[in-house]
Amino acid sequence: MIFTIACKELKTLFASPLAWTLLALMQLVLAWIFLWRLDAFLEIQSQLLQIANPPGVTEIIVAPLFAMAAVVLLMATPLLTMRLIAEERRNHTMTFLISAPISMTDIVLGKFIGLIIFFCSVIVLAAVLSLSLLAGGTLDVGLLLSNAAGLLLICACFTSLGLYISCLTAQPAIAAAGTLGALLGLWVVDIAADDADSIMRNFSLLKHYENFNRGMIDTFDLAYFALFILTFLVLAIRRLDGERLRG
Amino acid sequence: MNEQITSATISARGLCRNFGNHAAVREINLELKRGEVLGFLGPNGAGKTTTMRMLTGNLAPSAGSIEICGIDLLDRPRDAKARIGYLPETPPLYRDLTVDEYLQLAARLHRVGNVNLRSVLNEAKQRCGLNDVGRQLIGSLSKGYQQRVGIAQAIIHNPDVIILDEPTVGLDPNQMREIRTLIRELGAERSVILSTHILPEVESVCDRVQIMHQGRMVFNDSIAGLKQKQINLEEVFAQLTLDNGSSGDIQSS
Repeated sequence: MIFTIACKELKTLFASPLAWTLLALMQLVLAWIFLWRLDAFLEIQSQLLQIANPPGVTEIIVAPLFAMAAVVLLMATPLLTMRLIAEERRNHTMTFLISAPISMTDIVLGKFIGLIIFFCSVIVLAAVLSLSLLAGGTLDVGLLLSNAAGLLLICACFTSLGLYISCLTAQPAIAAAGTLGALLGLWVVDIAADDADSIMRNFSLLKHYENFNRGMIDTFDLAYFALFILTFLVLAIRRLDGERLRG
Repeated sequence: MNEQITSATISARGLCRNFGNHAAVREINLELKRGEVLGFLGPNGAGKTTTMRMLTGNLAPSAGSIEICGIDLLDRPRDAKARIGYLPETPPLYRDLTVDEYLQLAARLHRVGNVNLRSVLNEAKQRCGLNDVGRQLIGSLSKGYQQRVGIAQAIIHNPDVIILDEPTVGLDPNQMREIRTLIRELGAERSVILSTHILPEVESVCDRVQIMHQGRMVFNDSIAGLKQKQINLEEVFAQLTLDNGSSGDIQSS
């Protein structure tokens, strides 16, 4: 059932030009950054040779590419999550799902997974972009995988938050604005937490992502992401269930 | 066992629903047998839609119990919901999907196996006259066809109970006639609840009629009984819902 809903989400997503436009624009931005980093690498390549233990091509090109990809996805996610529940409500199709013999958990998880599959395609595109470097050298595959895993997790966090906010309203635009606000809020927390041992530092999404970006997979970061995703998914399910009770 | 199932497909007792301090539905009892078409009447705001939303599990009742084919809707919602087909007032359609895609989705969500999918889909399309539009986007269809897709969605999983909320609104007279014929066909083997404002429709399609007013059930009789007593449904409706005071008299007459 969860998979049926995920399929339906993907089908309606790709039936609209929004998904294609976003994919194309994101790829354009990522390609631009990729080329810019590549340029920078070629420029400093000769100097790098003189250092004893020089950073590789993965650290100079791929890591910044994925760091930037997280920011691009932060901007794009609200546009995709806003439709999840709010649009179903506005089009009166929520009844269709609720009348079917499936639980709210199925609905929420199905929608969540559907969007994650979409984001996987973005991540794969970014990874393929990086893999093109193999044509002229070697890559640190471990670092690339750590980056991809981190990006997937942070996407899942964005999605779960956006999904919850989409449950709160029947207006997709409000859901989008709310999600963007909340995500930017988590960004600002990151800036405010610049002094090393501030407790706010632990709440910042992008701070946790940075570790993945450096190729360090820490259980603390994993736990943080898992808790973040779980919390907002549970909140979304509870919210929809509560609506049936309160009307 | 089979005997028991045929006896009552829907049985709701003491159904209440409050929205804050406002009681939208009060103490409604409803019983429906297989092969029966129930006409559900009442002025706007009488609580018809609220009742239907409760019967389909879209809204939790404040009090009372609902059983679908002997399965408690509140205790085992998944099993009970699998036996209901529901067409809300606004057909719940995804405009970006084609008719086939949408009906397949409806069938899958209602646990129709992959083996039967094709035949079930063709049968629903056949019944609702959708054979020619299977590959069209729902958004591009006319209102009448969209309504038919809505009905097809409600009957595709072969439910025991079909609940239709104003299915003929906005249709032209020919389409109305077609849909009424369809409802009569469906009613032969299942139970149908039909909410409408068109009184002749009730007289031509339904076996029994219930009238709601201000959240209460004020009238419940069979169409045959009405004809026997030579009572005009329109008069009954006007008297019951315009002037609350005299309702008791009419029911007894």
